[in-house]
Amino acid sequence: MKIHEYQAKEILARYGIPIQPGRVAHTPEEAEAIARDLGGPVVIKAQVYVGGRGKAGGIQFGNTPEEARAAAARVLGMNIKGLTVQKVLVVSKLEIQEEYYLGIVLDRKTQAPVVMVSTAGGVDIEEVAATTPEKIIKQPIDLRWGLRPFEARNILARAGFPSAVIARGGSILTALARAFIESDANLAEINPLVLTRDGQVQAADAKIVLDDNALYRHRDYAAWEEPEEANPLEFEAHKEGLTYVKLNGNVGIIGNGAGLVMTTLDMVAACGGKPANFLDIGGGARAEVMAKALTFVARDPDVQGVLVNIFGGITRGEEVARGVIMAQQQLPAGLPIVVRLSGTGAEEGRAMLKDAGLDWGKDMRDAAQKIVAAIQAKEKGQQA
Amino acid sequence: MSILLDEHTRVIVQGITGREGSYHTTRMLEAGTKVVAGVTPGKGGQSACGLPVFDTVAEAKAATDANASCIFVPPAGAADAIMEAASAGIKLIVCITEFIPVLDTARAMLVVREHGATLIGPNCPGLCTPGQGKIGIMPYQIFTPGPVGFISRSGTLTYEVVALLTEAGIGQSTCIGIGGDPIIGSTFVDHLKLFEQDPQTQAVVLCGEIGGSDEEDAAEFIKTMKKPVVAFISGRTAPPGKRMGHAGAIISGNTGTAQGKVAALQAASVPVAETIFDIPELVKAALARQA
Repeated sequence: MKIHEYQAKEILARYGIPIQPGRVAHTPEEAEAIARDLGGPVVIKAQVYVGGRGKAGGIQFGNTPEEARAAAARVLGMNIKGLTVQKVLVVSKLEIQEEYYLGIVLDRKTQAPVVMVSTAGGVDIEEVAATTPEKIIKQPIDLRWGLRPFEARNILARAGFPSAVIARGGSILTALARAFIESDANLAEINPLVLTRDGQVQAADAKIVLDDNALYRHRDYAAWEEPEEANPLEFEAHKEGLTYVKLNGNVGIIGNGAGLVMTTLDMVAACGGKPANFLDIGGGARAEVMAKALTFVARDPDVQGVLVNIFGGITRGEEVARGVIMAQQQLPAGLPIVVRLSGTGAEEGRAMLKDAGLDWGKDMRDAAQKIVAAIQAKEKGQQA
Repeated sequence: MSILLDEHTRVIVQGITGREGSYHTTRMLEAGTKVVAGVTPGKGGQSACGLPVFDTVAEAKAATDANASCIFVPPAGAADAIMEAASAGIKLIVCITEFIPVLDTARAMLVVREHGATLIGPNCPGLCTPGQGKIGIMPYQIFTPGPVGFISRSGTLTYEVVALLTEAGIGQSTCIGIGGDPIIGSTFVDHLKLFEQDPQTQAVVLCGEIGGSDEEDAAEFIKTMKKPVVAFISGRTAPPGKRMGHAGAIISGNTGTAQGKVAALQAASVPVAETIFDIPELVKAALARQA
C-alpha cells in the first residue's frame, strides 16, 4: 500500500528521525495559517501517490504566510500524472548544504531487506543506479538482529558520507531499518537526507510502501488507505475483496488463479483483442463471487464483452455457470459473454449455460477467439 | 524415480482440522499419498480424516517418523508453522497459504536454511508425483506418469498445461508449483538441479511469469544442463508497476518483464512457447532429440 509523504514522515518521527515541523492543508487558507504558525519561509508540497512532483510544479515556496497561501492555491487542484492534488504538506524551509540518499528495499534474491545509501541524494536513485552505480552502497539486513548502529555507520563511511553526518546519519539509518521492519514495509526511502547550513541532519522527503499482507497487524496504517483517483475501479474492487487490475482495452476478463488469468490476457491479445482488466476470483469461488465479479467487470464503461476462463479444480463448473446466469439480469443487454469451463463440474456447467442461451468456448484459445469476434461484430453493427 | 515426493515420503498436515486442511488431506489420501498424521495446536489426541492429530510437529514426527509437511495454516500463523516444521527436523515443507506477510517468510527462510530443509511455496499449489501421490491441492486426475518434469510459479496455469500434456500423451515425473510470492522457499534453479539428476526425467517444462529474475537465473543454469527445457512465460500484456494477482508478479522499472525473461531463455537455447498450446509440440520435439 502506498502512503503519502506526510504519513511516511509520521512513521519516521515515531522512530525519532528528525523531520521539519509542518502540517497538512486542504485549502490555501489552512496553508496560510500553518505558515503563520511555523514562522519563516515554508515549502508547499503536493501530496499525491506519484513521483516526480517537483518537475511537475507540485513543490513551491512561500516566504510569507500570504505567499504560502498563493503557492498552495497554485498546487491544490493541480493535475500531476492524472492525479488531482487534494492536499499539500506545509513545512519549514530548510537551508540545505548537502543532500544524501538512504533507502531500504525488500530484495527478492537475497530474501532480505537491503540497505542502499548514496551521497548522490535529492535525485532519482534509479537514474544514479543506471549512470553511476558505484555511488550506491548496498548491504542486506540480517533479520535476526536488524541493522545494528555500527553496521549503519560502516555503510555510510563506505559510501563516503562526511564525518559530520556519520554519527547522526547512522542513527537515522538504524531507525529507518527499525521502521521498515516493524511497519512491514516493502520500501522505505529518505531522499534527500539533508545536512543543513546550521549542521542539522534531517529527512527532507520520505517514501514508504507497506506490505498489503501485513496490514492486518497495523490497523493505524491500514486506515490511511484512500482511493487512488486514477483507478477508482481498482479501489472499489479492493473494498469488495476482488483481485482486479484495470487495463486499457475493451475485453473484460475473469479467471481463477493469477497465472491463468495473466495467460488469458496474453491469449486474448494474441487473438487480436485488448484486455480491459485482470480479475482473479481465486480458488473455490461460489456462484455469488462469480456473479459479483461479472457485474463488477461489466461496470467498466470500456468493457464491450466478457471472457470467463475457469479451470475447475476446487472451483466447480456448476457454481461458475450459476454465477454467470445470476449476474446476467444485471448486465447491459447485448453484452457478449463467452465462458470457458474445464475440469470439475465443467459438463454440468456447460449444460446450464446452454440452457440459458450463453456462449461457451471449448478451450482457452477458442473462447478468446469467440469473444474477440463477438466484440468486433458488435462494433461493426454499431457503425452500420 | 521422481524428485522430492516418492514412496518414502511420509506427510503430516499442519492445520488438518481446518476446512481446507481436512478437505485436501482427504484428496491427498485418495491420491495414494502417505499422509500419516495431522497437527493442530490444542487438538492433540483427536483424529481427523482417520489420522491421529498432535499438538506439535515434534510430537507428530516422533510418533510417525514423518519427513514431509503440508501447511494449511492461516497467514498470521503460517510462517511460524514453517519454522516449527523445520525446527522439528522435517526436510520437505510445502506451504500452501497465500497472503503471508513477506518479512515473516523471510524470517522463516533463515530457520529453513539453518536446518537444511526444503521449502516449497508459500502461496503455491504444492507438488505431485503421478502414480505416487501429491502434497498440496493439485487436482490429481489430470496427471499421468511419464518423463517430463514440470515447474511453475502458478497453480491453475500448471493444471491447464499439465492437462494439455496429458491429453497429448506426455506424462510427468514430478510437477511443482513453486509459488507466486516475491520470497519463496525454492526456485526454478533448485528444482532444475534435482530434475537434471533424476533418472526418470527426460525433459523439463518451466512456466514462469513477470516479476523478479528467477527465470533469468534459470536461463543461466540451463546453459549447464544436459536435459532439454521448454519454457512459457505469462504476463506479456501486463503493464509495469501493477501487481497481477500474485504478490510477486510485478514489473518494477525494467526488471521482471516477460520480454526480458523470454530473451534470457532464448539466449540459453530454450524454446519458449508463444501460447500454452504450443508447449506439447515443443516438448515432443525435445524428447525426440533426447532419444
